[in-house]
Amino acid sequence: MSFDLNFIGILIGAIMASSVPLILAASGELITERSGVLNLGVEGMMIIGAISGFALMVVTDNLFFAVIGSMFSGLIISLIFGFLTQTLLTNHVATGLALTIFGIGMSAMIGKNFVGIPGKEFPLLFVNLKESIPFLGPIFFGHSIILYFAFGLPFLTNYFLKKTKTGLVVRAVGDSPTSASNQGINVTLVRYSCILYGGAMCGLAGAYLSLIYTPQWIENMTGGRGWIALALVVFATWSPIKVLIGALIFGGITILQLHMQAVGLRIPVQLLSALPYIMTIIVLVVISRDSRKIKLNTPTSLGQIFYKEK
Amino acid sequence: MIKIEKRNDVSRSIYLLTPVLAIFLTLFGGGIIFYILGFNPIEALKFFFITPISDLYGLSELLVKATPLCLIAIGLSFCFKSNNWNIGAEGQLIFGGIVGGGVALLLYNHNGFYVLPIIILSGAIGGMIFAIIPAILKTFFNTNEILVSLMLVYVAKLLLDYLVVGPWSNPEGFNFPETRQFSESARMPILFDGLRIHSGIFITLITVFLSWLILYKTYLGFQIKVSGLSLKTAKYAGYKGKTMIIIVFMISGACAGLAGVGEITGPIGQLHRNISPDYGFTAIIVAFLGRLNPVGIIFASLIVALTYLGAETAQIFLQVPKYTGQVFQGMILFFLLGSDYLLFFKIKFLGLKKNEL
Repeated sequence: MSFDLNFIGILIGAIMASSVPLILAASGELITERSGVLNLGVEGMMIIGAISGFALMVVTDNLFFAVIGSMFSGLIISLIFGFLTQTLLTNHVATGLALTIFGIGMSAMIGKNFVGIPGKEFPLLFVNLKESIPFLGPIFFGHSIILYFAFGLPFLTNYFLKKTKTGLVVRAVGDSPTSASNQGINVTLVRYSCILYGGAMCGLAGAYLSLIYTPQWIENMTGGRGWIALALVVFATWSPIKVLIGALIFGGITILQLHMQAVGLRIPVQLLSALPYIMTIIVLVVISRDSRKIKLNTPTSLGQIFYKEK
Repeated sequence: MIKIEKRNDVSRSIYLLTPVLAIFLTLFGGGIIFYILGFNPIEALKFFFITPISDLYGLSELLVKATPLCLIAIGLSFCFKSNNWNIGAEGQLIFGGIVGGGVALLLYNHNGFYVLPIIILSGAIGGMIFAIIPAILKTFFNTNEILVSLMLVYVAKLLLDYLVVGPWSNPEGFNFPETRQFSESARMPILFDGLRIHSGIFITLITVFLSWLILYKTYLGFQIKVSGLSLKTAKYAGYKGKTMIIIVFMISGACAGLAGVGEITGPIGQLHRNISPDYGFTAIIVAFLGRLNPVGIIFASLIVALTYLGAETAQIFLQVPKYTGQVFQGMILFFLLGSDYLLFFKIKFLGLKKNEL
């Protein structure tokens, strides 16, 4: 088989498409974690977003409502997590796990009547440019609007965290909730907002899967992408731009698996699939042994319960 | 007016009653969800929680599912009591299954009483080895054990997938992703004819008893509990924190590995892709619901096992997906964690004061 430029362009386009849900979910979770909250419910929020987006598309026949609705339901389900961890001061890890377990079950229950219904075609932008420009065309054009949003999001997140006052507040709350609280910041409110934002982004990531990537509803269709997104945040050492790079690497691995037989490589597919997890563990070891590196971006109070004596 | 006050001491009766409260709230919440989905809630709950255990076969199935859940949760209680967050019991279960299964395939042509004990032991060691990874990384590199143990779950799943599709797949299996059936001497003896309940339940019961001994009657158990309550105190007392982290992970991993090998030599009888319906994750709920107490965990494992069974029955009678069980499992944990608020805070309902009127 020939390695013409256009094929490589199409391959890169496919890698970009497969990294979109990872970028969206990881960017959302990154903000949540920077405020000091560890939400292990990413997978659950994504799958809820996936089913509600698809169900709304079928019921309303309107893709705009479907996308907005998926974000809204991600937000609602993360509210359960927020209420438990922030108001009732429950353990973040256990609550997040419960959210994932609950989300997978709930989505299957709602989705019972939506199995086997074909999806609707999602409008793609600049399709003519995609076909007329070789190599660069399939990379930059012919994608859905959500993809363009996803690729801009890490830069927006970076700007938000580093350059805006609200971003500074989020970081302060994550690094030292007690001092932030003494400065008059409402820690609980900030954390609630970050949890809800994370939920909305995970919902959108799920909708991307059920509306655009594989436009249909299948039980458990997120297939562990939520866990990869969680790994990605750590892999990126809580830096938004590195989330983008990491998502492209992890997305690339997914696409590579599909094309491996065609290329004739003899590496077990499972080894490739395991790479994101193994790489994340290695990154964790590298950053954790050096206390300066881990302090750089890691929210110091990650996963700790904050209670203000009234 | 509602006033919330912090309690000075945790009330023991509330501590034991909140799990019961959580179960009732879950039933109530489940009823509402069934109602919204257009079922008669009472009827649906009956299919879920009563029909499955109304005959001998059902009761045996309940124990078949509670056996691994209880075993894993007991192991996890060692970790959780000492504030070590082992979230990867599912991976340790699978790796225990892989090692035990590998030995079972190796001893395929052997017959004798020694075959099964060797397989069980190697499964426990497999789970133990897999659990040592996050423990060692935590003690020597200061990594977060939650994330490492979680990532390893997927590594174990993919390794199992590779083995049953590739090198270990049944040579006469028409390329199905499974190994050959283990020989008869590699299988857990069945307790009653016609029922699936197997002698793995004795392993679980013995482990529960040993855990109770270790936790409540030995110095190690005391150290584990103290480090869970206050790391500083443990340090002042001169406990070897690092050794203890590794020990609790080893115990926990061994239990999960035993559960894995119990599944493949018990009800399954071979290795295939799905040797566990997320028992390792669900056991976390069991450990919490049982209040990390050996006796509590026995009861909790029966209740959570019932959600698995109920989902299977409801799938047949109500045509709801088998994942419905997870709705209940998630809700139990939500309500349990939430009602713990009552442990630490007093909610006082006060009348309106005069000057507020």
